[in-house]
Amino acid sequence: MAPSKETLGWMYRTMVTSRRYENAIEKIYLEGKTPVFNMARGPIPGEMHLSNGQEPVAVGVCAHLKPEDIVTATHRPHHQAIAKGVDLDRMTAEIFGKATGLSGGRGGHMHLFDADVNFACSGIIAQGMGPAVGGALSRKMQGKPGVAVAFIGESAANQGAFHEAMNLAAVWKLPMICVIEDNAWGISVAKRTSTSVEHNHVRAASYGIPGHYVSGNDPWKIYEVAGEAIARARAGEGPTLIEAETYRLAGHFMGDTEGYRPKGEKQALFERDPIPAMRKRLEAEGTFTAAELDGLEAEAAAAVDAAIRFARESADPKPEDALTAVFA
Amino acid sequence: MENERKLTIARAMAEAVAQEMRVDPSVFVMGEDIAELGGVYGNTRGLLDEFGKDRIRDTPISETAFIGAAVGAAQDGMRPVVELMFVDFFGVCFDAIYNLMAKNIYFSGGNFKVPMVLMTSTGGGYSDGGQHSQCVYGTFAHLPGMKVVCPSNAYDAKGLMTAAIRDDSPVIYMFHKGLQGMGWLGTEPGANVHVPEEAYEVEIGKAAIVREGGDVTIVSLAQGVHHALKAAKTLEADGISAEVVDLRSLVPLDRETVLKSVAKTGRLIVVDEDYHSYGVTGEIIATVAEHDLAALKAPPRRIAFPDVPIPFARVMEQYCLPNPDKIVAAAREICPAGAPAA
Ligand SMILES: Cc1ncc(C[n+]2csc(CCOP(=O)(O)OP(=O)(O)O)c2C)c(N)n1
Repeated sequence: MAPSKETLGWMYRTMVTSRRYENAIEKIYLEGKTPVFNMARGPIPGEMHLSNGQEPVAVGVCAHLKPEDIVTATHRPHHQAIAKGVDLDRMTAEIFGKATGLSGGRGGHMHLFDADVNFACSGIIAQGMGPAVGGALSRKMQGKPGVAVAFIGESAANQGAFHEAMNLAAVWKLPMICVIEDNAWGISVAKRTSTSVEHNHVRAASYGIPGHYVSGNDPWKIYEVAGEAIARARAGEGPTLIEAETYRLAGHFMGDTEGYRPKGEKQALFERDPIPAMRKRLEAEGTFTAAELDGLEAEAAAAVDAAIRFARESADPKPEDALTAVFA
Repeated sequence: MENERKLTIARAMAEAVAQEMRVDPSVFVMGEDIAELGGVYGNTRGLLDEFGKDRIRDTPISETAFIGAAVGAAQDGMRPVVELMFVDFFGVCFDAIYNLMAKNIYFSGGNFKVPMVLMTSTGGGYSDGGQHSQCVYGTFAHLPGMKVVCPSNAYDAKGLMTAAIRDDSPVIYMFHKGLQGMGWLGTEPGANVHVPEEAYEVEIGKAAIVREGGDVTIVSLAQGVHHALKAAKTLEADGISAEVVDLRSLVPLDRETVLKSVAKTGRLIVVDEDYHSYGVTGEIIATVAEHDLAALKAPPRRIAFPDVPIPFARVMEQYCLPNPDKIVAAAREICPAGAPAA
């Protein structure tokens, strides 16, 4: 199933939004952290995991999702949150630790929760697997529509929770899809040195479910494969495992000097940057004119600017509010 | 000092491991990003170059597997040193830790040994959110069968690591991120101290009096020791003389040193970055209360993290964390104004 023109426009604009967003966050994150890099300083303290380069997977999957569908994401969640339609202003305020943030500043960049679009993420590897299975189970038990997608990194497929959850989803035939973003690295450890199989989709065989590998960080291909899997889940046919090749154009987190990467790898990845590649194809195939694409980019830029402004202008939380919201 | 050799805790830890590896072929290291990267906190830097991939093993993100594997290897004559990158991640692998590592010596009536070290980072203060900032000292110390150490400076860091590797029992080695001497996590200059080049042990289970005083005893561990020392300096100007006890080990706990100090000062403040309830602060106060309630001239005080998950926002997190000002305020409340210096 090929994406419509409207979907392609959404996918392109969302990818650009995500990239502009990460570029803006990157710049602001460094405020107050130079010349001495100290994570505690600046308007955005703590760890920062950027998703530059991984946008195609997020949009290719989320293009098929509605607000009612559930997404669990990882420590590197911005592109997925943006693609799922998380409120950008409040998400940004959360990343800045402001009172207007999604969680009033309690969560931060690894803990973005937006109940309106059923999005949650967390900082421990493979942690979203169980909740995705549970969300899918709940929909099935309640007879309510909706599927659950767990996004994880390729290194998370070596964590026990991944295997336990996939088996459970399979044995109960749940409307769940696990999407592995394969950026080839788990911090400094290469996939080929940590993982016993070349690609994780083959592990689907051990749960008796379909497994697909999508190469090339290609939004069209991801759209197609995800579409099938999600349609299958909606039809009550059970879970699917997808691994999609993608590129981490940034370090693991900001401050990572990336000495472990082979020479030339970064350069080669940048040459395959999926955003200019998508633009080129959209123009070449005549889907959009250059002016239309410029327009989509301008919309993306405006949304990002507004979100950053909202976050900067928002007030800090009251310190003593730290003691609230522990219980419902 | 002549020939002073100031090291960071990170370097002191790596040095201890390297020295033991040179003399004992059964010692090896496993964990995430500990080989090529040298550890996220620098505490295995240089080991891969010297010892190679066979003994310095990067693992998949499979803590249940590699910590369980360390137990099996330890029972079979090896001395694994394994890293759990953040202590917060214990949730994914605690079975291997507290149901295997901590219990197999006992279950086997001592015919199995489990000589392994589990090193893990603790602590917050740099807005890393509630899954990357915890201490959970009390959780580990509560469960019998594992020794628990938590150095506050590089000298102790090296000596405790050496002792931990040589110990035939499992040792949880908790190092505070804020003391590692990694600039990106801030630096506590007080943690970087002289470290002798040769191998030595700091006995597990022995606290240290790091500052003598007569009016109030401040008991703490890891980062809290530095807060206590700063507070003691401020209090000195008020005429309040504070004694600071660095626990260094939580299991075994050196109750003797605490009791002796409180017998002298009659006042007690316990400082812990872990959660307030059911933790180190309660244990220390209970120890004193059980031993001699009459030794206390004032109700003891505890300064710990409130019983809430650790918030991300800087103002919220800093509000919750122990700091020198909170210690000073507590001391002023329980010490008579201008108490004579001891
Ligand atoms: C259980 C657990 N172990 C270790 C970590 C530390 N850690 C954070 S991200 C990461 C690498 C994750 O790699 P991958 O899943 O491939 O995602 P990527 O970072 O490449 O997006 C590690 C080891 C963690 N957060 N949780």
